[in-house]
Amino acid sequence: MVTNAASLGRSGVHDFILIRASAVILTCYTIFMVGFIACSAPLTYEIWHGLFSTLPMKVFTLLALVAVLIHSWIGIWQVLTDYVKNVSVRGLLQFVFVVAAFCYLAAGIIIVWGV
Amino acid sequence: MKLEFAVYRYNPDVDAKPYMKDYSLEVEEGTDMMVLDALMKLKELDTSLSFRRSCREGVCGSDGVNMNGKNGLACITPVSTFKGKKIEIRPLPGMPVVRDLIVDLTQFYTQYEKIKPFLINDEKTPAREHLQSPEERAHLDGLYECIMCACCSTACPSFWWNPDKFIGPSGLLHAYRFLIDSRDTATEERLSGLDDAYSVFRCHGIMNCVDVCPKGLNPTKAIGHIKSMLLKRAV
Repeated sequence: MVTNAASLGRSGVHDFILIRASAVILTCYTIFMVGFIACSAPLTYEIWHGLFSTLPMKVFTLLALVAVLIHSWIGIWQVLTDYVKNVSVRGLLQFVFVVAAFCYLAAGIIIVWGV
Repeated sequence: MKLEFAVYRYNPDVDAKPYMKDYSLEVEEGTDMMVLDALMKLKELDTSLSFRRSCREGVCGSDGVNMNGKNGLACITPVSTFKGKKIEIRPLPGMPVVRDLIVDLTQFYTQYEKIKPFLINDEKTPAREHLQSPEERAHLDGLYECIMCACCSTACPSFWWNPDKFIGPSGLLHAYRFLIDSRDTATEERLSGLDDAYSVFRCHGIMNCVDVCPKGLNPTKAIGHIKSMLLKRAV
């Protein structure tokens, strides 16, 4: 068995489940958003504000942002371990990408809860 | 009829870097031959050309090479497959080249060793043999036929990038062959050895292995079954 600490999951199966579960959430969010935008034309500020004012939409958005964090963490780790063989460079890139994903999450929370 | 070839040449003792060398063969119009036959004729013209071959009938798996971008066994690939186009013959991709078309398959065999390619049974040894019903035996069809030519693993990008960690399609086909064998009792131990982020889960199902397997096997399907077994065990 190959051990690793830089990925998010505790094992290959854990990563496998996390990446698919987060993909399901992101797919649902994307379909909902595309559907909402398509059905709400012309989309005004009031409609958009009204959508994000509701608690379920805030929770759904937060869930999608957490899913982005999980999905990108594991995905980036997989891509980097394939293509970047220098451990220091890979570690640095992994750090930068994970920090960026956390920033998206933090910014998302502040923005969504500010509506 | 003239057959045109470009063959990868590299002798580390003499050459600074690999190069492609052009050859041509005159053959009787309307005839066909296997790529291995052509290579053997080329070797008569240029005795320094090196390649592996043994059974010359697709059983031993020695002569896996890359022909016009696709891995396969030279001994069962007719030159007519290439429809008169120049045939580029290269060593199996991703593996260190020993010389010309001969690659070092140490990493491939190391991965094979990892999956414990033998029957493990800790039950009382039967008087004569471990019996298996025809239905149980049928589970092994499509798995035991692998000849370990390495065409699949060396066509797999996941194996190219992580040949020291990812078992590869061939090794995983064998792993499933023992996981599904009714006589094997080490299922839990075998699955524990595969439950990391590399050994099995580096397979992203692009099916290059299925595309190139000269025996028509489906490693991707076997890998899917292993993932399901790991998933059922974990959830």
